[in-house]
Amino acid sequence: MLNLPSHAGYAMGWVLSLLGLASIVSYLLQYRHPERDYTELKKRISSWWWMIGILFICLAISTTTALILFAFISFLALKEFFSIVPLRLHDRRVVFLAYLAIPLQYYWVGIGWYGMFIIFIPVYVFLLLPMRMVLIGETKGFIQSAGIIHWASMLTVYCISHVAYLLILPVKNPQAGGVGLVIFILFMTELNDISQYIAGKLFGKHKIIPKVSPNKTWEGFIGGLLTISLLSTLVAPWLTPLNAWQGLGAGVLISCAGFIGDVVISSVKRDLAIKDSGTLIPGHGGILDRLDSLMYTAPLFFHYCYYLAY
Amino acid sequence: MIKILFFALLIKPIVFIVLGLNLQGYKQLPLKGPAVVAANHNSHLDVLVLMSLYPLRRLKYVRPVAAADYFFQNKLWAWIATQCIDIIPIQRSGQSVDTVLAACHQVLESGQILILFPEGSRGQPEQLGQIKKGLFYLMQRHPHVPITPVFMRGLGKALPRGEALFVPFNCDVIIGEPLALSSDANAFITLIRHTFQTLSQRCLGQGVA
Repeated sequence: MLNLPSHAGYAMGWVLSLLGLASIVSYLLQYRHPERDYTELKKRISSWWWMIGILFICLAISTTTALILFAFISFLALKEFFSIVPLRLHDRRVVFLAYLAIPLQYYWVGIGWYGMFIIFIPVYVFLLLPMRMVLIGETKGFIQSAGIIHWASMLTVYCISHVAYLLILPVKNPQAGGVGLVIFILFMTELNDISQYIAGKLFGKHKIIPKVSPNKTWEGFIGGLLTISLLSTLVAPWLTPLNAWQGLGAGVLISCAGFIGDVVISSVKRDLAIKDSGTLIPGHGGILDRLDSLMYTAPLFFHYCYYLAY
Repeated sequence: MIKILFFALLIKPIVFIVLGLNLQGYKQLPLKGPAVVAANHNSHLDVLVLMSLYPLRRLKYVRPVAAADYFFQNKLWAWIATQCIDIIPIQRSGQSVDTVLAACHQVLESGQILILFPEGSRGQPEQLGQIKKGLFYLMQRHPHVPITPVFMRGLGKALPRGEALFVPFNCDVIIGEPLALSSDANAFITLIRHTFQTLSQRCLGQGVA
């Protein structure tokens, strides 16, 4: 807790206060409307406490514990993905190899080997998995399985590991450090989800993609975009190496990418005819339901920063 | 004691963290005996997952039925089966129905919870096999003991028959409402099959393609 950069510590305090506020509001709502059922909202908020609590503790202890946490999150997400998609029994050993890619990918992050981190899954894992499949020898359904397994690894391991690499980048904003960047991307992404949801509830009228996600509206999307752009402009100079203008760009990028990640996972679930990807997080569904936006925002934000500031 | 340690330190962490369950209908799980839990069977993990659902202090009263001819093949398996899991060994061949079921009767009469698999063996991975009449004959003597159906999916992918490599997948465990005993063995088998199929529709996971 002691060696956290000052801005990162304040940011954590802000997040916790916000969450405390959300808890109080949910209790007040229940008190004002005893006849309504707020169980789902309370479950959601209590899950937030758990997720944020675990994240902050791991970030505060050391970079290594944070990397282990992100590796574990990748594992849970990859496992959830493999559990809901149709795979052949023959794919078990290939799936096992895909799991083994997780500790390796996070090891490259840990030792700061950027070159390997950036090509390991898109090149080596990509080429190796089909080779393992060939050795098993079942060709019926080969293309589908190869596609699913690699796509899942890219989304849940490769994309998520970009959050972890933010901790390893050389420090350009010493008051925020790597932890500041991680908090920035995680909370901009989640606040974008929340503000798009709230703006959609309040003003939502014109559907964007009714076939994929009937609850997504232009009003919600724009509401989120404006909120996050403004917030990011203000917060980026304080928590990241970006200046205010660059922060505005980051906000636009995160808001759009977050939306796309959300609807991509929605399409996956719609294809499989399921509502939630799992039951791991009470009130939220599965872990993919929570990480959907982050899988798109993390690598895009990472490269945006990497290009501008490093 | 060995049983509790085995589940607390090894099996529960594997089941809930490495594997991960999508559990539905937990309130229907009978925590007090006498009761029968009847589940579909795909993997050795089935028994371990079902037993993990129970709090540690109730584990003592939870007894799975398992094939003696299979588990007593070698010493290690036999030790795990008797000491860690505390199975009720059943001889699958060469004995009359009453002798085979004697131990089960005893377990139910002493107010414990019996876990059994009406299909008898694990069969083809992730496919419902032929349901046997054993459960029906057993229940003739215990008409008031509740039979809780449980449908599981995914464990046959995680550790199918004849495979030694364990590959983690989230698994569905869907617990249904207690079944009423039919007067006729075939009707009862149809009821169980139908119940499993109904419960399977609530699974998140996919069967094997």
